[in-house]
Amino acid sequence: MTFPKPSFSPAEPVVSPVIAPPAGETRTSGLAEVKRRAGAVAAAVIPPLLTLLAILGVWQVVTGDSYAGLPSPAHVWTDSKTLILDPFFDNGGVDKGLFWHVLTSLKRVGIGFSISAVCGVMLGVLIGSNRWAHRGLDPIFQVLRTVPPLAWLPISLAAFREAQPSALFVIFITSIWPIIINTAVGVRNIPADYVNVAKVLRLSPVEYFFQILLPATAPYIFTGLRIGIGMSWLAIVASEMLLGGVGVGFFIWDQYNASRISDIIVALAWVGLTGFFLDRLVALLGHVIARGGAAS
Amino acid sequence: MAKAYLSIEGVGVTFTKGAARSEVLTGIDLRVDKGEFVSIIGHSGCGKSTLLNVVAGLAPVTTGAVILDKQEVNAPGPDRAVVFQNHSLLPWLSVRENVSLAVNKVFGASKSAAERRDWTLHNLDLVKMTHAMDKRPAEISGGMKQRVGIARALAMEPKVLLLDEPFGALDALTRAHLQDSVMEIHATLNNTVLMVTHDVDEAALLSDRIVMMTNGPRASIGQVLDVSLDRPRDRLAVAQDPTYIHARAAVIEFLYARRAA
Repeated sequence: MTFPKPSFSPAEPVVSPVIAPPAGETRTSGLAEVKRRAGAVAAAVIPPLLTLLAILGVWQVVTGDSYAGLPSPAHVWTDSKTLILDPFFDNGGVDKGLFWHVLTSLKRVGIGFSISAVCGVMLGVLIGSNRWAHRGLDPIFQVLRTVPPLAWLPISLAAFREAQPSALFVIFITSIWPIIINTAVGVRNIPADYVNVAKVLRLSPVEYFFQILLPATAPYIFTGLRIGIGMSWLAIVASEMLLGGVGVGFFIWDQYNASRISDIIVALAWVGLTGFFLDRLVALLGHVIARGGAAS
Repeated sequence: MAKAYLSIEGVGVTFTKGAARSEVLTGIDLRVDKGEFVSIIGHSGCGKSTLLNVVAGLAPVTTGAVILDKQEVNAPGPDRAVVFQNHSLLPWLSVRENVSLAVNKVFGASKSAAERRDWTLHNLDLVKMTHAMDKRPAEISGGMKQRVGIARALAMEPKVLLLDEPFGALDALTRAHLQDSVMEIHATLNNTVLMVTHDVDEAALLSDRIVMMTNGPRASIGQVLDVSLDRPRDRLAVAQDPTYIHARAAVIEFLYARRAA
């Protein structure tokens, strides 16, 4: 069997074609850029909007005009118009706009979550770096983390005997587990090379903690914080049921007792959107702080 | 016999994992003089990296001892700086910060802040990396990362520089460049260097002596070969040199004819 010899045509000197940029290129490319961005925004915004409209449509059709049971979107609008349109009103007492309720709840979550972030990272580092701490604590944490927020409520009330610290404790205990577990995984996954570098340099434990451990685990920690802030926001309704006063959790409880389901639906929209923005905030923070933290 | 600068005396390493014991190295004796460039070559798995880690203090000896400049080695330290195979730069620090971390730790007490800054730059200049000193490791090439790794090790002013297959992960051209850089630096600073490699040409070109290891387990030193080529060495000129050709042939003979893996 014979193969044809490969033949190469003599190489012509390749003259790279010089393309003169058209006079209006910068303007057109600027316009194209705007178009491209608009397209990207539309691709991100239009599908969820359409889905939302579809859900509202189905909801409206299914619930219809009956006043019993779940109100239709149209009823929600007529029932809770003031609540939707003016989130900033303040008539004294607990009769406030949803903005003030959410703000109060956010403060609580802020305190509870801050404590759980600090404690969670410290416990995670302990479990991740000490084999005996891991063996002793990890099984217990794995069991405790499955306890739902509502179940912590009576226990924390019995322990603290006051509403305020009990509410914070419920937020704390709900959000701490993912922070502990992710931090521990991050510490255990610190590449051996970084540890060797630290050993050769004879870094002290404190230097090791700040120079190697924290930066190397930052991506893991922020994953934990992101899940944790979501869960702490989940716990807000449970913890505010016993607090009373202002707060979106209590607002929902209060409206339920008053059978104002429409108001609850509006409040749920606020809770959901706030949780969404909290998540994005922590993700953004992690992106900025842990920049380059992932192993290259 | 006069005491050598770095002396590995009867070193044996046995790893124990549960009931399983594996003897990796046994009866290693090696003396390295100040300013000498010694390569350790052997098949993979023969324990040559373990030997380097023992000298670095990262792995404990089971028997014997390593003595550097009249002191026994029993823990890692900056006097035995290691250039790791996969650069192991800290990705969250810039090139300059990676080096200055070492400089600040080693010379924090003995040099002023300005002196430390100059020393960092000086070492980056030695490996020709000042142009990228504000970049992060992820933004530079593999060869450049390894240069920075070398700069970081040199900046510790180690008594002995330990290179653990430093160019193993690089392409042939980059590797040749870095080998030339290492020869230049060795000529300028006259460091004592212990290098682990699996590249015969690299060993013959760079070393004063080549230590050939037998296959593991229970690896030991099979043969030590002097490479008495004049320095500076030029990779093109040396390729025709009988001494180089002989050294290369001897190593290949040892590795592939007598100790085939």
